[in-house]
Amino acid sequence: MASRLQGLWGWFDARMPSVAEQWKIHASEYYAPKNFNFWYFFGSLALLVLVIQIVSGIFLTMNYKPDATLAFGSVEYIMRDVPGGWLIRYIHSTGASAFFIVVYLHMFRAMLYGSYREPRELVWIFGVLIYLTLMGEAFFGYLLPWGQMSYWGAQVIVNLFGTVPFIGETLALWIRGDYVVSDVTLNRFFALHVIAFPLVLLGLVVAHLLALHDVGSNNPDGVEIKKHKGPDGKPLDGIPFHPYYTVKDLVGAVVFLAIFCVVMFFVPEMGGYFLEANNFIPADPLKTPPHIAPVWYFTPYYSILRAVPPLFNSQFPGVLAMGVAVLILFFLPWLDRSPVKSIRYRGALYKSWLAAFVVVFLLLGYLGIEPTTVWGQFPDWPILDTREIATWVARICTVVYFLFFFLMPWYTARDRVLPVPERVTV
Amino acid sequence: MNEEIKVDKKRRKLVVATSVAGGAASVAAAVPFVASMWPSDRAKAAGAPVEADISHIAPGEMAVVEWRGKPVWIIRRTKEMIESLKAVEPRLTDPASKSSEQPKYADNEYRSAKPEIMVMEGVCTHLGCSPQLKPADAKAEMGADWVGGFYCPCHGSKFDYAGRVFRGAPAPLNLKVPPYTLTDGTVVIGEDQETKGA
Repeated sequence: MASRLQGLWGWFDARMPSVAEQWKIHASEYYAPKNFNFWYFFGSLALLVLVIQIVSGIFLTMNYKPDATLAFGSVEYIMRDVPGGWLIRYIHSTGASAFFIVVYLHMFRAMLYGSYREPRELVWIFGVLIYLTLMGEAFFGYLLPWGQMSYWGAQVIVNLFGTVPFIGETLALWIRGDYVVSDVTLNRFFALHVIAFPLVLLGLVVAHLLALHDVGSNNPDGVEIKKHKGPDGKPLDGIPFHPYYTVKDLVGAVVFLAIFCVVMFFVPEMGGYFLEANNFIPADPLKTPPHIAPVWYFTPYYSILRAVPPLFNSQFPGVLAMGVAVLILFFLPWLDRSPVKSIRYRGALYKSWLAAFVVVFLLLGYLGIEPTTVWGQFPDWPILDTREIATWVARICTVVYFLFFFLMPWYTARDRVLPVPERVTV
Repeated sequence: MNEEIKVDKKRRKLVVATSVAGGAASVAAAVPFVASMWPSDRAKAAGAPVEADISHIAPGEMAVVEWRGKPVWIIRRTKEMIESLKAVEPRLTDPASKSSEQPKYADNEYRSAKPEIMVMEGVCTHLGCSPQLKPADAKAEMGADWVGGFYCPCHGSKFDYAGRVFRGAPAPLNLKVPPYTLTDGTVVIGEDQETKGA
């Protein structure tokens, strides 16, 4: 039997040797640093979630109807009448939030160890493009259940484009395909969600991995393992991705799936953070729900949008600030002027800025979930344009968020760094 | 391999010309796809005026009418509501509605053809949510200086009873006033002397 199989493989390999070759390049002979830690789970987990989303999405499409009069009902139909439909939907909705959790941790890992630095700038740029595409994908998908939050979330986000000077109104009209968010909008968002953006996402993931495998992985010490090669030409501090890291990542996948199942089976709505209560009410174009907030993964940027007051009779500055807050990530490899990559060898200055960044990002995320009145008002003080405490805290956080990036060339160059070892430390 | 590769100028010109033509053709091919995303004729046709009965609206109350898919508010303002308009003026971004949109007959201190009847689009000028009516007794929620008006739940913009925006809110302009015609007990939204004449 074994020889038969070998014979079959030999037949295949003779006709298409690139399969074995690709396996070698990307797995069995892809040398990854031997000192990967906990933070290195999230790349492979993101890939796992992508597969979960594609598979569960395909099955949801079989029963979902992209029609403003039928969409809400078809989602209820999936939840109540389709055998196992509730499970498939909860897999997909939990997967959406899980995707962002994993991606945020994956991006933070890159910031901790300087994984975006030379020669991995392209890996980082493809990664940010994946993040942007993922935001679009999540946004389009959120309209599909045609609940109140779907409707008003789409209304607000499409109108963000409407604030662009001169061409904005026309642009928003073109995106909606109607004068308000309507059936037309739902239908096209469906097309973008189930085919256009997933294809882009897959292409970008391939580019991200190819770029990574060409230059090799960074590691928690931020040293290049390719500098020290053995007589066989393999990095001395590298180990083959397969079987060493496939096995390690399997452990991560099992732990992740266990947590995923707990959420999916016991708290699929996650107290309103993963699925918002207002989205269980059908969309009503005449009535905005009393409190609307985007899903948690957008709230830091949403806070920035709310914090910026209008200038020159235009709300565009807020939208611009929000856009810049995301797009500035592209420039990270060139903003960081530190002689070292990893947080392990950076000085107190960078560490303090990174800590401040994490605090303001989380705080902005929290404030974005709450109404602006959450912390009450300052007593009368005529200079202030608004007396809401939460708005002022969000403004300070927004300033710190941008200072983290804008001052980076200065404080990373000035930081007192530690000597970096020649080889990785384990 | 040190031989200099001779460029056949004629061939190169042909390659450039073909590439340019091919590029132009690809751009032209994108046109129908981009065009298909504009509002369809059916969507454009759905903008007819609507008539609403306003005789049943009690003083201080508000009715919502759908016009072009948007909520339009009709409020029968009380004397207190009308008086509050004057009091809030120093706290407004555009008290005289100079930068805001309204028909000529509503371009006055009440922003309406008749002070008691306020008609406006219930669509926040920030990002298009629909604000909520918060009467003067909502002080606990809206702050001690609240005299009544509207609050947008999306990004916290506040408006007075004439739809004029308070300073410090993300909304840059006052709520839009659509063209309308008042008759006895009814209002026609989307139609006035000017639109008829046009």
